[in-house]
Amino acid sequence: MIEILETGPFNTVQDLGRPGYRDIGVSASGAMDSLAVRIGNSLVGNDEAAAALEIQTFPFRLQFTERTGFAVTGTDGKPFLDGIELPSWCAFTAEAGQTLELRQPPKLARAYVCVAGGVDVPSVMGSRSTSLRGGFGGYGGRPLEKGDTIAVGAASAHTPLPASGLAVVEPSVALQDVFPASSDGSLLIRALSAGEEGLFAENGKAFWGQTWRISSRSDRTGYRLSGDAIVPAQTVEMRSHGVVPGVIQVPPGGEPIVQMSDANTAGGYPKIAGVIEGDLWRLGQARIGSRVQFVRSSHAEARAVEKALERYITDLRQTIPMVKRALSAMRGA
Amino acid sequence: MQPLQIIPAGKDHARISAIGSRSFLLEAPGDFDLAAQRRIWALSRTLKGWSDLAEIIPGMTNLLAILKETPDDPAEVMDRLSEAWEGARSIDLAGKTIEIPVHYGGDYASDLPALCDLSGLTDHEVVRIHYEATYRVFALGSAPGFGYLHGLDPRIYMPRKTVPSLKMEKGCVTIGGMQTGVAMLTGPNGWNSIGFADLQMFDPQSTTPAMMAPGDIVRFVPARIEL
Repeated sequence: MIEILETGPFNTVQDLGRPGYRDIGVSASGAMDSLAVRIGNSLVGNDEAAAALEIQTFPFRLQFTERTGFAVTGTDGKPFLDGIELPSWCAFTAEAGQTLELRQPPKLARAYVCVAGGVDVPSVMGSRSTSLRGGFGGYGGRPLEKGDTIAVGAASAHTPLPASGLAVVEPSVALQDVFPASSDGSLLIRALSAGEEGLFAENGKAFWGQTWRISSRSDRTGYRLSGDAIVPAQTVEMRSHGVVPGVIQVPPGGEPIVQMSDANTAGGYPKIAGVIEGDLWRLGQARIGSRVQFVRSSHAEARAVEKALERYITDLRQTIPMVKRALSAMRGA
Repeated sequence: MQPLQIIPAGKDHARISAIGSRSFLLEAPGDFDLAAQRRIWALSRTLKGWSDLAEIIPGMTNLLAILKETPDDPAEVMDRLSEAWEGARSIDLAGKTIEIPVHYGGDYASDLPALCDLSGLTDHEVVRIHYEATYRVFALGSAPGFGYLHGLDPRIYMPRKTVPSLKMEKGCVTIGGMQTGVAMLTGPNGWNSIGFADLQMFDPQSTTPAMMAPGDIVRFVPARIEL
């Protein structure tokens, strides 16, 4: 079990989401930074789709009631175990009674706590993700609260973690050639043109040309972008259609909304662009108030990014058990 | 690199566009009617046989196809969708009939006065026109179990709001353009409320979580009219 000692609003249980029910109006949900969950689970020997804690309000503290393997990923901050600073992107074993603390990260928005065996809440419609809008899934369909005790699944019988921890090179470093960096500190996010870009005429250029600020009215459902409003040349009453995370819609006010993990499953606002799959996790780590610029991309580029990410994950999932076995053998020798 | 060209809708050709890297939206040409929706249902059935497809979301005379991965050749996917549309025949879905008791007017009918102003009808006329019609569930979406209903009388058409209501109550009976429905969640909503229905329409623990399914027939039955 783990017991929540301190938490802020909107920290939830998330896994890789609940796809397959959008046609009955159920959002996929899932971690905003799905890559961090996949890596964290790989580090502690879980299936990559096991449930984790998504922490987006800090400080956050939990206590392990028994010996538990864990890893904190996604964040650029450092976790503290009984007050001792540890590296993130690294798996350790906590002893019964030890306290894990996460403080506000320097730049990024979200941290993930993965535990060996996975966070064991009931699976609802094929996923343990919290659907905050629907009020189901996760821990009672709600954000975590102080005093909550959460079950941990049985860890798979695998080689134990080395006492000194086991780290991976985080994706922003290992894959830096794959992700564009700007000179002015704004986040560059690649997107493809979407159905109604043509409605915006000259204003469409203003969409791609400016740096947007992520407004305070942003959450797991969507990011609202502040900047010079873009207004369509004509208004259209669209028929409602399916939408997915990453779609950038422009409501009549002219400030775009990017749908995120808890994306509505249908919408009718004109769409100017759609973020490529491989950059969604990076947007998921963008904080309120930070700046983002959209870069016109192509399917070919999106495909190349997706393949690079899969190669990175596959490599980790093959290497981690090998390293554990080698270290274990050295200790035994 | 040039962005992928959108295939525009012709006389009988669907319009196909991309949403992000692995989702493609097909929009039926022509009128917003049952004939077009029956072809969307037929298309949906065809697409279920595609091995590279992760999810299909039928919408209101449109369909979003979500692939498992970003395709190597998106133009080929668009062609394939287009061909599937050309070949799609009309099918009808055998639906059940659902009767929804509605409290028309009252505190929840926040947009009824505006609808009277727009339509030039009295509140009694608006309500009567709404409950006398028979609706068809075209698609589900937007919120768990929310059904988009077709069959609204054009006399009580009302566009979505420019500024959504911040906290519309779950159960509000609403009109959005030529669509009507019952709000499934309390929260922001751009549609226009004319009444309230107290009926459980979604249960995540059930094997069939959503009460409504595409093809179902819906009738609104006035339980109370408070004008």
